Formats: sequence, C-alpha cells, structure tokens
Amino acid sequence: MLKVENVYKSFDKFLAVSGAELTVEKGELVAVIGPNGAGKTTLFNLITGMLKPDRGRVVFNGEDISKLPPHDICRKGIARSFQIANVFHRLTVFKNVQVAVLSQQRKSSNLFRPAHRMAVEETNRILSSVGLLDKTDRLAGSLSHGDHRILEIAIALGNEPQMLILDEPTAGMSPDETSATMGLIQRLAETHGLTILFCEHDMDVVFNTAQSIMVMHYGKTIIQGKPEDVKNNMEVQEAYLGGADA
Amino acid sequence: MQKSNLNLKVLWLLVVILVLLILFPAFLPRFYTYILAVIFVTALLAMSLNMVVGHGGLFQFHHGVFYGVGAYAFALMLTKTGLPMWLCFILSPLVAAAVGFLIGWFCVRLTSLYFGMLQISLGSLIWAIAFRWYDLTHGDDGIHGVPIPDWASSTSGAYYFILFFLVLCLIAMYIIHRSPFGMTLQAIRDNPARCSAVGINVRRHQIMAIVIATFFAGVAGVLFVVLEKSVFPDLLFWVLSLEIFIMCLLGGWFTFAGPIVGAAITVALRTFVGIYTEYWTLILGVLLILLIFFLPEGAMGFFVQKFEKSRDKEAALAREQHAES
Repeated sequence: MLKVENVYKSFDKFLAVSGAELTVEKGELVAVIGPNGAGKTTLFNLITGMLKPDRGRVVFNGEDISKLPPHDICRKGIARSFQIANVFHRLTVFKNVQVAVLSQQRKSSNLFRPAHRMAVEETNRILSSVGLLDKTDRLAGSLSHGDHRILEIAIALGNEPQMLILDEPTAGMSPDETSATMGLIQRLAETHGLTILFCEHDMDVVFNTAQSIMVMHYGKTIIQGKPEDVKNNMEVQEAYLGGADA
Repeated sequence: MQKSNLNLKVLWLLVVILVLLILFPAFLPRFYTYILAVIFVTALLAMSLNMVVGHGGLFQFHHGVFYGVGAYAFALMLTKTGLPMWLCFILSPLVAAAVGFLIGWFCVRLTSLYFGMLQISLGSLIWAIAFRWYDLTHGDDGIHGVPIPDWASSTSGAYYFILFFLVLCLIAMYIIHRSPFGMTLQAIRDNPARCSAVGINVRRHQIMAIVIATFFAGVAGVLFVVLEKSVFPDLLFWVLSLEIFIMCLLGGWFTFAGPIVGAAITVALRTFVGIYTEYWTLILGVLLILLIFFLPEGAMGFFVQKFEKSRDKEAALAREQHAES
C-alpha cells in the first residue's frame, strides 16, 4: 500500500534521513523504532508532504506522492497525528473534529450554511468511538495531556483515511493511559479496516502490537521485518536494543 | 433550551439597539448623528480587518489600503465616468477585492511578520500612486465634492444609508463567520500545519478570506465617500491601518462584534478628547497599555468571558439541583 524507496533528506548539510526504506501492506500495524534523532518524525513528514525528499520516492497505492502538498496527500487517504499535541486550541473538541470531517466532505469553503448543523452525526460518531463524547463542548486547549493525544487521533479519523500515521501516540502518557491508547488504536484498526503506521519509544508496546517493525538508525533503515526477526537481528541489538540494556 | 432562550435575549437586545439607532437622528444634534455615522463606517472597516486578523490569524498590517481603494474607486467612477451610482456602488468594493486578491496572492506565500512587511510595502506602493498621480487623483489635495444623490447627501440621509449597509454587511459577515469556511479559517489561525494535514488548502483559504475582507473594507470606503463626499491619500496611509488594528485589539480579537466596540472607543476618543488636545493618541496609548495588562481578551472579550462564566455557574447549579432531586 505504502512504499518508501531510498529516501534522503538533509537540513543544512545534516542528513536527517539517508536511505530510508519502508513497506506497509494493507491492514497492517507497522511500527518505526529508533533512538531519538534517528529521523522517525522526519520520515513521517516526508511521507505526509510536510517536507519534500531530496532523493527517492514515496509511493502510495501505486502513485508517486513525494511531490504533492500535504492537503493533496491527505485527500489520497493518509491522515496523521503529530508528536507534539497539535490541535486547534481555541476551538471546542467538537469543532476540532468537525473541521476535519467538513474538509473530508469538501465543504470547508462553504460560506453560507451555519456550520453548527453540519456533519454533526459523523463528528459525534468519531468522538464516541474514541471516548471523548462527554467533553465535546470543552475548548481543546483546556484538555489534559492524554485527552489531547486522543483528540489528535480523532481529528485524523475525521478524514476517513485508509492509512493512519501516528507520531508517538503515547508520548508522555502514564502506563495505564498507554495501554488504553494502544488498545484504542488496535480496536480502530479492526473496526475501520485501517492501516496504521506509528512510531513509539516503549519497546514492550511495539513488540506487543506491531505486525511489522522497521528500525531506523542515523536516518538509515537497518531492517524491516516481523517482531521476532527484528529482535534476533544482530545489528539492531548492537545499534539499539542492546545499547539500551547495557 | 437554555441556549435558545439566550439567543432570543440577544436577538431582542439587537432589535432594541437597532430601533434606537433608527430613532437617534430625530433627537440628536446633527453633529452627533455625524459622529455615529463615522463610527459605523469605521466599525465596518475594523470588522472587515478582524475577519483576517482575529479569525484568520493573518498579519494584515495594511488593511487601510483596501478601504482607500474602495473609496477612490467610488469617487473616481462618480466624477470621471457617467456610470449610475448603484453600479459604482457595486463595482468599487469589487475593485478593492481585486486589489486584495493581487496583494494577498503574494503575501500568503510568506508567514507571520514577513506577510505583514510585504503587505506594508505593496500597500505603500498604492498609496504612492494615489499621492503622486496628480492628473488622476489630485494627489495630496484629494477629490472633493463627489456628487452623491440628494437623498443620501444630507447628514441624516447618509446616516440611514450607512446604517442600512452596515447592518447588511454585519449579517453577511456573521453568516460567513458561522459557516464551515469561517470555522475552518479559525482552525487555520490556531494551527495551519494541522489544517493542511486534514486536507485543507491553507493558502487558498487564506486568499479567499483576504478577498472577502477586502471587499467589506471596500464597502466601508464607499460609505466613507457617501458621508464625506471626498477622498484623500490619508485613507491609504499606514497610520490608518495601524489605527484599525488597534481597534480590533481594543475590542477583542476573538469575539465577533469586538471591533465595533473598539471603533466606537477610538472614534469617541478622537472626537471628544481631540477637542482639548491634539495628543489624544497619548490617551489611546495609555488605554492600550492598561488593556493589555488587565483585559488581554479585549473589552468585548472581557464581557463575553464574564457572561460565559456566569452561565456556566448557572448550568452547574442547575445540574446540582437536578442531582439532588
């Protein structure tokens, strides 16, 4: 479904991503892991069009999307959440999701109808599926950190994506919140038939949930494979897993 | 239920205000009618600016230009062409919107302060044209005695004319404010990157907002000519742009009607304090400093917050009572 082929990106001569390779099949739950600064977020930004690769291609459903602007990539069916909670602070929780739903329905430029009666059902359905229905009228800026992250995912769902990219969905969460969120993500993947690509620091979470794991180190892809294969790979142990233990 | 009651109350309040405004010229001296008309025009201008600044989060630093372009277009069409007034009235805001599109098209390629700086430069260019092209605009002298039909030329005639179009524009702006477009624009203000990630073409949306806002600024420019029957280059000068920016700040960026309050305060200060001292801006400055310290949400924002707090309290009380029973 998604294929990243030998992608490079540098900032002022610093190679953030150099030779990243990634394959995501339909319906899979794929994790990207790697130490801080390995280029995971940059890779996600390259896939979603926030950044343009210097070299290489990003292919989604057989189409090269590496030169498209973010809003067009979103229209192709890729939605994302951000590592730093990135919501619309001065809008209510409901409107946060509604903005995405209206965009999906191509109604964002409608000037004349009152917005508060539009896309209400769809928005409420998404809010109830992530469990934020009781907070619809709160300003997004006043939510707790955990709810912020959930709202992030809810906004991304508003686009009815085929593929969801989550940049550290559980960053800064307590262990309880983390397992609840991962449970939510797995449930969403099943009920919506979503393909999910995420990155995560917690190794337990990654090895328990992901069907395929890609390891990045200094911007390079070391390996992508099943959790067992990744665990047994020598290079990965040296570069990352072993290093953490020692 | 509670909410619809509330809306009804607000609606009644608006109707009362409107009736009062319609009756005022019958009681007030001509001077006050004139000042009210000035406030209306300025309020419309400030409201149009707030669409892009407060709700759109754009650094629209030189909004006065579009007001001036609307005014000049109207004055020039009336004096130099034989077009009927109603046609000039429709065309002039469109000219302002066209200039808004041109300048906006360049500006949205930049962000924040750079957007503002480029707009000041491009806007000053238009000011320079109006200032230098003597044959067309009479430069610093401006154009005087623009022929306005009799029914709109007396002070009270102009007052009603302006009031009518102000109300019309405010209704249109309110509809736009509550539309998906208006909501999306606020979302772009809060977080442009997130917006493009949910499939919104941010630049196109911003240009559209600028075109709409400059159209309303153009309407305000036309209404200015109806009231004053003259135009001069100061209408396009950056000082005016700064003044309306301050009005939005005074009234409250994030409210819908705040700029009206801001415009009323500013015009009142200029008129009534300006009689005693030419340094009336000094008082405006002090007021602004106090405001930033004590009412960071603006005058209107302050009342809206108070209002919402008391409403939340009532709702909480009602819930408690409900739980007890």
